Amino acid sequence: MRPFAYERAGDLVSAVTAATIEADSQIRAPIQFLAGGTTLLDLMKIDVMRPERLIDINPLEKSLSEISFDRSGLRLGALARMSAVAHHPDVEREYPVISQALKLGASAQLRNMATLGGNVLQRTRCPYFRDVSWHACNKRDPGSGCSARQGLNRNHAVLGTSDHCIAAYPGDFAQALIALDATVSIAGSKGDRRIPFSDLHRLPADTPHIETTLSPGELITEFHFPARPWARRSLYLKVRDRESYEFAVASAVVALDLADGVVRDIRIALGGVATVPWRSLAAEDALRGKPLDESRAGMAAEAAFATAKTFGGNDFKPELGRATLVRALLAVAMLEVRS
Amino acid sequence: MDTYSPLKTPSLSQRNGSMTAVNLVLSVNGRDYRLTLDARVTLLDALREQLSLTGTKKGCDQGQCGACTVHVDGRRILSCLTLAASVEGKAITTIEGLADEGGLHPMQQAFMDHDAFQCGYCTPGQIMSAVACVTEGLAETDDDIREYMSGNLCRCAAYPNIVAAIKQARIDMQRGRS
Ligand SMILES: Cc1cc2nc3c(=O)[nH]c(=O)nc-3n(C[C@H](O)[C@H](O)[C@H](O)COP(=O)(O)OP(=O)(O)OC[C@H]3O[C@@H](n4cnc5c(N)ncnc54)[C@H](O)[C@@H]3O)c2cc1C
Ligand code: SF4
Ligand code: FES
Ligand code: FES
Repeated sequence: MRPFAYERAGDLVSAVTAATIEADSQIRAPIQFLAGGTTLLDLMKIDVMRPERLIDINPLEKSLSEISFDRSGLRLGALARMSAVAHHPDVEREYPVISQALKLGASAQLRNMATLGGNVLQRTRCPYFRDVSWHACNKRDPGSGCSARQGLNRNHAVLGTSDHCIAAYPGDFAQALIALDATVSIAGSKGDRRIPFSDLHRLPADTPHIETTLSPGELITEFHFPARPWARRSLYLKVRDRESYEFAVASAVVALDLADGVVRDIRIALGGVATVPWRSLAAEDALRGKPLDESRAGMAAEAAFATAKTFGGNDFKPELGRATLVRALLAVAMLEVRS
Repeated sequence: MDTYSPLKTPSLSQRNGSMTAVNLVLSVNGRDYRLTLDARVTLLDALREQLSLTGTKKGCDQGQCGACTVHVDGRRILSCLTLAASVEGKAITTIEGLADEGGLHPMQQAFMDHDAFQCGYCTPGQIMSAVACVTEGLAETDDDIREYMSGNLCRCAAYPNIVAAIKQARIDMQRGRS
């Protein structure tokens, strides 16, 4: 690991002021916030991230880790730990998909460390990105090329890819955020703002090294989920290479407002298959106002992967992704939900 | 005069040649240790290299195996992905701090009773994780134990015996000492 200066955040305002610096993207800035450290220290050890200064934001935990539920919805502080949110009774009851997405991620130890803010900013597991002995990786070193397109790409994305990068977004929780219309509150030295979660991540396009719309120094403070009829009838289905402690090969979030067997409204997001947290409007449109049965579910799954592009190693992914979504749709329709 | 850069403002760590050092007090197994460490030192390396508490093991050093599991303020975490500087002021418990005057912790005893290891390298991490798994209330069924212990890999595959040991210790821990 390269040397860095270490300091602790005294308060929110001084933390964002101290972290504001010129850089081409937040994630490549020489000053980084240290939350759980489970992405940052991992990538610093393998020399993929090289910050010169860390601002430990754990001293802000008390004020930024609140979990509160009321009629307007659910608020989750960005420094809340994955485990605290996953096992919170209001979250389990009102937004089961959030609890499930968090419980199925990483391990018990990692979930005790990792924060929600760090979680949504976790970085791809593309093996070429994570191994600096590979020269070509546009995400790590802009303009150097992409080793994965012609290399081992079994775990890579089939949706949202570009000529410059096909790396999959690895996280689970972000799929719940994007499906459930969540918003993100952000503090920065130029003021605070609140944006839809769907505006946080950027498609790789020709700048895969710029992963989000955050500016250097901006700090995520909170996530807000609105109260919606589909929140309770929701689930997360995760398919992976081993039973536990593994990233998704394909996953699906479904949240459903069902009336007499007919889809009044629905939210669908897909994990493990796309370059960014991926909401499938096409799949939702195929189901809204329709009865939910196996053939309709199949049509929605076709629509979800209509634009899929594969690269050899991941040729199997559209089919697995479709089957995952169909299974999730049929399971969510069967759920018994108290009103 | 130098132009202002946020990179050059004072920090807790002080530049000292090519490294940046931090002075800190770590509280481990009820004892305070005053240390001067490179800011890069993980809790795992501080325990093993500075405090000679070598019970905590380094498997992968990348958050993937669980061998380095310790408790910080009663919660199980991975010491290989934790900076020593970031846990100043917290109560750290390692495998060396589990037994007391009354003898072994019920989980340590249960691992012996059930032969829940072969080479033993993963065992300190397994035991620390298992104690927390029980206190978190996540060891009620075999399936739960397997799921909530999945962060601890055992290359010798002692898994069935580990599950059996945790079931025994759970009962002992719920009965009294924990
Ligand atoms: C072995 C292993 C397995 C894993 N498996 C899974 C899995 O199955 N599913 C899954 O979803 N995840 C998985 N993860 C990833 C894990 O969930 C993330 O590493 C974790 O959530 C990151 O959170 P953190 O608090 O540790 O972030 P950190 O590592 O502290 O920070 C990550 C980045 O975000 C920035 N940051 C942190 N907080 C904020 C904030 N509030 N505002 C602005 N910037 C911020 C940091 O500066 C840094 O650049 C796994 C990780 C490991 C090591
Ligand atoms: S897929 Fe993206 S992250 Fe992976 S090698 Fe190509 S550019 Fe790098
Ligand atoms: S050594 Fe920490 S998880 Fe492997
Ligand atoms: S006993 Fe050998 S690794 Fe678990």
